[in-house]
Amino acid sequence: MNIYSAISANKNKTWVIMLLFVLVITTMVFVFSKALGYSGYGFAGIALILAGLTSIGSYYYSDKLVLATTNAKQIKKEDFPNYYRTVENLCIASGLPMPKVYIMEEVSPNAFATGRDPKHAVVCATTGLLNMLNDAELEGVIGHELSHIKNYDIRVMGIVAILVGFVAILSDLFIRASFYSDSRDNKGNTIFLILAIVFAILSPIAAILIQTAISRKREYLADASGVLLTRYPEALATALEKLAKDKTAPKNASNATAHLFIENPFDNRKVKNFFTSLFNTHPPLEDRIRILRSM
Amino acid sequence: MNLQLLIIAIVVIAVLLYLYNSIIIAKLRVSESLSHIDVQLKRRADLIPNLVEAVKGYAKHEKELFEKVTKERANLVSAKSMEEKAKVNNQLTETFKSIFAVAEAYPALRASENFQKLQEEVSDTENKIAYARQFYNSNVLNYNTKLRVFPNVLFAKLLNFKQAEFFGATEAEKKEVKISF
Repeated sequence: MNIYSAISANKNKTWVIMLLFVLVITTMVFVFSKALGYSGYGFAGIALILAGLTSIGSYYYSDKLVLATTNAKQIKKEDFPNYYRTVENLCIASGLPMPKVYIMEEVSPNAFATGRDPKHAVVCATTGLLNMLNDAELEGVIGHELSHIKNYDIRVMGIVAILVGFVAILSDLFIRASFYSDSRDNKGNTIFLILAIVFAILSPIAAILIQTAISRKREYLADASGVLLTRYPEALATALEKLAKDKTAPKNASNATAHLFIENPFDNRKVKNFFTSLFNTHPPLEDRIRILRSM
Repeated sequence: MNLQLLIIAIVVIAVLLYLYNSIIIAKLRVSESLSHIDVQLKRRADLIPNLVEAVKGYAKHEKELFEKVTKERANLVSAKSMEEKAKVNNQLTETFKSIFAVAEAYPALRASENFQKLQEEVSDTENKIAYARQFYNSNVLNYNTKLRVFPNVLFAKLLNFKQAEFFGATEAEKKEVKISF
């Protein structure tokens, strides 16, 4: 996979995911309303429109939603001159337009990029990352993020974060609710139970969708093309090492946004439950470091 | 029979058009990335008067140095060919070094906020020039490769496509690094 095939593959994937989302939601609503004794077509029609709107909305606004859920703030050059300059320099080196630069107030070191194309892109780093890395290492990390922008990874990842994440969050919610609700036999509860079962089935499917859409290869590809910008693989390798050593848990990441980050934010969690391992979207850091070292 | 010939002709023309366009795109990328270098060179040229002004207040007697840098600035602004630009730019890098070396002798100057800011700007611009050069050179490599591979090479000469020049490294950079203990 080279960068050009990655770009077109990512653009196609975006369409497939959006279509799948609309289809799944519409079918589900149709089946439910049938099961509950309605004709189904009216509800399915409404669902079709709503899901379509959500789909289109997430195409345009996924970056804003992601930024809102991660509590990121936009910065000016004066606020973090070093960080801002690093982004500027690597944009010059890659020929990308300057993205908006954001920061997350967090001790846990991490970074991500989002947006729908290079012209509407955002780079975000945590303050922990900026404090922990030296200039060359920061350059390595930013180079990695800019490669995600250049490859259009950000478009797929943004859509996935909203649409598939939406399903994932819902299923998480319903499963928990069904475990904790007491089992008095009334109609509401039955509906709830059905919902829970359906979402329990849907959740792994959503996870698999994330997995395939996010294909772990893209992290290796972004590492490699990022290094092509900085010409210094060792810096990214030591940066990743520092990230691997760090054990602070992030406040502002969720299953829906985990795949956006340079390193899996839940990797260091003590409790590794079924869902976090399902949503494990990143290749092991050790592998990435080993590959970087062999460049 | 005629239909077959027609199809073959159409395919050949389509392929040629595709190849031609891809060369043109590569060529445009080269000239676009050259303009990126120009932007940074201009930024650098714009910094010089401020820098001279800042240092002058402390080191009046370094007239020669100021004249030199001002002249080089004029050369940089007027430079047309890429070779010239690269050359003047490298000279400037050296001159900047001597200016900062002079500044070392004046603690008050070094401590001034204005000077520190300028120093930062200068090194930032130098980095940016280096990155712009890297981008430009990779585009040149891509374009030149397009001209040389088969079958492009057959008609590239015919259509008067010329190899693009790399934005040169300094003589010092080309030399092997010697380390002595």
